[in-house]
Amino acid sequence: MKILEVKNLKVKAGEKLILNDISFDINRGESVVIMGPNGSGKSTLANVLMGHPSYQVISGEIIFKNKNIINLKPEERAALGIFLAFQEPREITGLELFPFLFDVTKSLARNRGQKPESVFAFKVRLDDELEKLNISEDWSDRQVNQDFSGGEKKKSELLQLALNNPDFAIFDEIDSGLDVDALADAGEAIQRFKKQNKTILAVTHYQRVLKYIEPDSVIVMAKGKIVSQGGAELAAQLERDGFSLYNEL
Amino acid sequence: MSRDIQTHDSMWNQYNQSDYMKNSRQGLDEELIRFISSEKGEPEWALEKRLESFRIYQAKAMPTWGPNLKDLNLEAITYYARASEQSAETWDDVPADIKSTFERLGIPKAEQEVLAGVGAQYESTVIYHSLKKQYKKLGVIFEDLDLALQKYPELVKPYFMKLMPPDLHKFAALHGAVWSGGTFLYIPKGVKLKEPLQAYFRMNAKGMGQFEHTLIIIEAGAEAHYIEGCSAPSYGVDSLHAGGVEIYVKDEARFRYSSVESWSKDTYNLNTKRAVVEKNAHMEWVGGNFGSCITMLYPCSILVGEGATADHLGLAFANKGQIQDTGAKVIHAAKNTSSSIIMKSISKNGGKALYRGLVEIKAGASNAAVSVKCDALLLDDKSVSDTLPVMKINNHTAEIAHEATAGKINAEDLFYLQSRGLKEDEAAAMIVNGFIEPITKELPLEYSVEMNRMVELEMEGSVG
Repeated sequence: MKILEVKNLKVKAGEKLILNDISFDINRGESVVIMGPNGSGKSTLANVLMGHPSYQVISGEIIFKNKNIINLKPEERAALGIFLAFQEPREITGLELFPFLFDVTKSLARNRGQKPESVFAFKVRLDDELEKLNISEDWSDRQVNQDFSGGEKKKSELLQLALNNPDFAIFDEIDSGLDVDALADAGEAIQRFKKQNKTILAVTHYQRVLKYIEPDSVIVMAKGKIVSQGGAELAAQLERDGFSLYNEL
Repeated sequence: MSRDIQTHDSMWNQYNQSDYMKNSRQGLDEELIRFISSEKGEPEWALEKRLESFRIYQAKAMPTWGPNLKDLNLEAITYYARASEQSAETWDDVPADIKSTFERLGIPKAEQEVLAGVGAQYESTVIYHSLKKQYKKLGVIFEDLDLALQKYPELVKPYFMKLMPPDLHKFAALHGAVWSGGTFLYIPKGVKLKEPLQAYFRMNAKGMGQFEHTLIIIEAGAEAHYIEGCSAPSYGVDSLHAGGVEIYVKDEARFRYSSVESWSKDTYNLNTKRAVVEKNAHMEWVGGNFGSCITMLYPCSILVGEGATADHLGLAFANKGQIQDTGAKVIHAAKNTSSSIIMKSISKNGGKALYRGLVEIKAGASNAAVSVKCDALLLDDKSVSDTLPVMKINNHTAEIAHEATAGKINAEDLFYLQSRGLKEDEAAAMIVNGFIEPITKELPLEYSVEMNRMVELEMEGSVG
């Protein structure tokens, strides 16, 4: 069953066409990887799926759970079950993680028509997820991503992924900035997510994270277009041969 | 307590009947000043001080260096009005309509829960004052200044209007002429108050002027925290607040003065607050300015003792039609003194926030350290912020750091928070509350929650 259908998507940033006729589908429970050289439009696609206000969708559709979400705000998409793990998570000075995370779960519950969780139940769940990610408990006293290392920022994103319980996660270079230990923690968090029959779209440059994502298919983008699609073997081939083939398109 | 406190609407739109105004009048002359003094049964020297201040007031020109005050009609202000015959020591003795105002503001409840003592002023006079027994026993005095002037002349007279002399500026002179009510706080040597003391000032009637005087003496080695809150309902007629605060922090003492001012948006808030800080003593100013059409407020610390220190933390929110002309003044007049100024402003809907600061290092004040940081957040293109920092450095050993930033809410930050499921205005309020966190974190929890809530209310409808 399809959870996401992208149909003939054309997107502009200012006057420039940056996504040109993008179409693909993802079935519920599948993992799809998008690869491609820098500037190919991978991150743009991730942001457009989440509803970034800087991009104008000039034509096409994004159908999520049988609903066209083109005109929905980011928070409405989040309520429907979409989550974007940012390539560079923002640092929000002065905003402490704990009240932020709790406010977010309250907002999501309200917008999803669910009963809000008590602060105690939330704290139990938070401590459990912190432990699974190998994050110290005092972490939630810190300000949102403020002075976090690259690896800590990515763990912060995966913590929110677990707490916010979306059905569909978009990972924009989730593996960048991670050392070997942090990569293992992140990879296990991705695996835990997958095991719940969740859907993943991962933008990445590297093979090393693919063993955790275990993609069902690979999409290759270049210059705002999809230039190739295939199975997991395509990723291995790309790592061996590079993107030079697509640069000439 | 703050969760029970009013929203802006009830704070600014509700007011009580004010029959007592029939006995008061607009405008100011010597007769009114003599009337105020005799009503209070003041000693001769206090009347003389008022008359001297009045002469200076008449001679002084309006200040022209700041916001334009030409629309302030000083003839139309009611300078003195007494709404209650006496000051009460229990809330039961406070007239019901006045009590209900303070109940809406959450004051009696806060007193029970978190405060060492409470004072409440309504129009020109203090209607309630209390201090917990254990502090009375230690010799702490927390009293209506009108009363203190009579009960403790030996403590009041040597300090009153000395740090804030009437010739300081026109509104200091006006204040000296018509001051009424306010707080006298005296902390004896070595006494350390763990809970804060609070005073709340409320203007109720149309076209009022409020001129409370706060005199605070913290003896050597003592410690205290005093908080002021202020509000007034909105009438569309100008009212005037020209309060005066004088604080004496003696050797090795520590004092924090916090205020959250939310006068109605037809109030001119032209306020004077000054502290003198002696050897190794520490003074902290924490202030939030939300209301008023024009605010001019620059708390001042004069560091006269070796090793004296001062922190100034301030937040100003300028919404539609408001000018927040606020800042800080620090005079380093002794060796090894240090000061830190952190000012944050938020401007919205055409509001104008300006930081005006003066730091002066006297020639003999070697090894002074100064740090000034001003951050402005502009919520739209119509709004304005500016900084006017003046430094007068007469000793080359001073270490000075100055930093100023101005910017808008970052669109990427908003998108990040929205992508997590927060609405645009919730996300913006979170970013703004994060911006003011260096100030709110210095307030007791109830007040920081309240300040965050005031920001959220001011933020409503600001985006999207």
